[in-house]
Amino acid sequence: MAALHHAKAGFKGFMRKAWSPFAATPALGWLLSALAAVLLEKWLGLALAHALGLPKIPMLFGFIIALKKPFLIPGTLAFVFIIYLLPMALVARFSAPLANRASRALLKAPLAVSALVHLALLYAALHVWAEVSDYRDITLRLTMIAVMLTLSLNVINGYMGEFSCSHPGFMALGAYAASVFTVGLFASDRLFGAALLPPQLAPFLFPLALALGGLVASLGALLIAVPSFRTRGDYLAIISLAFTFIVKSLIENLEWVGGPRGLSSQPDLASLPMVFAVCALCVWVINNFVTSILGKATNAVRDDETAAEAMSINTRRTKMAAFMFSAFWAGVAGGLFAHVLRYVNPATFGIQKLAEVLAMVYFGGLNSVLGSVVGAVGISILGEALRPLEIFKWILIPLLLILVMIFRPTGLIAFREFNLRRVLSPKEPPQGRS
Amino acid sequence: MALLTVENMTHSFGGLTAVRNYDLSISPGQIVGLIGPNGAGKTTIFNLITGIYAPDQGRVVLNGEDITGLRPHEIASRGLGRTFQDLRLWRHMTVLEHVMLARYSRLDYGMWGAFWGTPRRWRQEAAAEKKARELIAMLGLSHLADQVVINLPYGAQRRVEMARALALEPKVLFLDEPTVGMTPEELDQIIAIIKRVHRELGLAIFIIEHRLKFVMELCQRLQCLVFGEVIARGTPEEIQNDPKVIEAYLGEEKVA
Ligand SMILES: Nc1ncnc2c1ncn2[C@@H]1O[C@H](COP(=O)(O)OP(=O)(O)OP(=O)(O)O)[C@@H](O)[C@H]1O
Ligand SMILES: [Mg+2]
Repeated sequence: MAALHHAKAGFKGFMRKAWSPFAATPALGWLLSALAAVLLEKWLGLALAHALGLPKIPMLFGFIIALKKPFLIPGTLAFVFIIYLLPMALVARFSAPLANRASRALLKAPLAVSALVHLALLYAALHVWAEVSDYRDITLRLTMIAVMLTLSLNVINGYMGEFSCSHPGFMALGAYAASVFTVGLFASDRLFGAALLPPQLAPFLFPLALALGGLVASLGALLIAVPSFRTRGDYLAIISLAFTFIVKSLIENLEWVGGPRGLSSQPDLASLPMVFAVCALCVWVINNFVTSILGKATNAVRDDETAAEAMSINTRRTKMAAFMFSAFWAGVAGGLFAHVLRYVNPATFGIQKLAEVLAMVYFGGLNSVLGSVVGAVGISILGEALRPLEIFKWILIPLLLILVMIFRPTGLIAFREFNLRRVLSPKEPPQGRS
Repeated sequence: MALLTVENMTHSFGGLTAVRNYDLSISPGQIVGLIGPNGAGKTTIFNLITGIYAPDQGRVVLNGEDITGLRPHEIASRGLGRTFQDLRLWRHMTVLEHVMLARYSRLDYGMWGAFWGTPRRWRQEAAAEKKARELIAMLGLSHLADQVVINLPYGAQRRVEMARALALEPKVLFLDEPTVGMTPEELDQIIAIIKRVHRELGLAIFIIEHRLKFVMELCQRLQCLVFGEVIARGTPEEIQNDPKVIEAYLGEEKVA
């Protein structure tokens, strides 16, 4: 036991030392370094891959190759080191003074300006990275959708401490509502007939379609919330699970949306910038909510409902609002999902989807915006990396989850408040004179 | 006119009548004590007045308004703050968050304001934080404001509960055995704090308490409850010398 502690302390010390060159690198510096790496890959990636004996650029930092073609691992590692690790480390280290000065200057303007600049850089890096292949593009979009789902479920299962199983159902409602809207208006389809509006309008009305998807999901949430939150007790888990199954079989039996065969020919509206913008909006709005007093009322309900009521908190309103809010974003995510794949069928929104989202929430960490992002991205990458294992993937991921539950019962990054200003701040005290 | 009155309140749990024909009247600024042996029904009376249970019979009037049967959060926001006998804090939250959350009923920025972070939200939350910090300072907790409550010593947790109840700006403050488990020094400290709160905020206080030293020193009027019925009421001296009280309750305990 003591040895273990020793090893742990030693490891921590080592990590701190390894990290020390980057202690002064602000978020802006990391974004610049990521941008540098992806640009380098864009210009030199293919040549370097060939020189290292790889057939093409490793698509997901070598994670996929590792299991598929083990003999390519050394070349892949070299590639990741030369294209990503080394340039990122150098840029992060040596751009730090400049990045800090820029961060400081940006913070003199309203926070939104700084946030938008950071988002633009992040988008640029992701855009260049995704341009390399369609596979990257679609994986990235699905990952961002997973972030939205995870974060919105965290509002209920983490922040509010209830256990909801209805996210696949909300997602299905959002996916179908948004699809019916866009397919009906903009596509010539065997189910809905000729397009009603010119396709040029579609990108402008797409946000409306997503909002519609969100609202329909919220209405579904109302159906669950009324019976579940009327009385105290853990009815939500059961009712919400039933809801998911009901939505699925309802859609299977609705012939006008394609029944079990599904619904296709969604117009190509969920482009990378679109998904990125909606995902950013979702993270921002949810973070706003959970850091407000009205949002923290969900924590009070979770930790002690009687005390919450006695302190003037309207617990019923809090639960209803949080649940419908969460469902709204799951619905929006569903709408995006349908338009990324441009095909949906009811079978997608079953128990496996539920397991996936739950894994992301509990892996990343309860009650934490950052945790949900990490959970969704982590499990998404892991899912892709383990794809060659096929069915064993569904043994490995739960095993990993069990390990996390044993060593960090609330997840990797739980109970941490995401303070935007702190994240965007420079990483050194402002110098008096230089 | 009385600030809070309870008339003829009765409540049973199944076959057990926990409170029978209970009456109470508290005027502004008054401190009233409720004593009685374990299981007498004292906490039940708190729960009935604050809306956790709806009384089978009887009426509760606060400031001229009938509040019988309202939900607890509605009663709290009308000016009735309380603490709990078995500390009920929110284990993942800091001291400051506790006190700020009790400002809930004063916020009207709505869910919309929360989602979008409107200027109104920031204004109201800044005001809530200012008020919370004042109360935290008043209860001597400033150095602990950003600590998560479960890390605090017991006495400090009790004070957090009190600060949180005061953030409601109650007209009447209910304290359920505020000294339970406290050392003599902590006891003196809490008496001083209650006196200060009473003086500076000018509120009425209704206290459930076992320790005689405490009620004698603080209360203007006392009620003694046994098996759900008030057997005596009066000034502390009258209660102390009432033979029924001595027999039922003080008998073996020796009046301190
Ligand atoms: N929710 C409940 N359901 C059933 N019985 C209850 C409930 N709450 C209290 N009782 C019973 O009512 C009686 C009065 O309990 P109460 O907690 O009000 O006593 P108390 O005077 O506060 O005692 P103590 O000094 O121990 O705190 C007890 O017999 C208790 O078991
Ligand atoms: Mg009691």
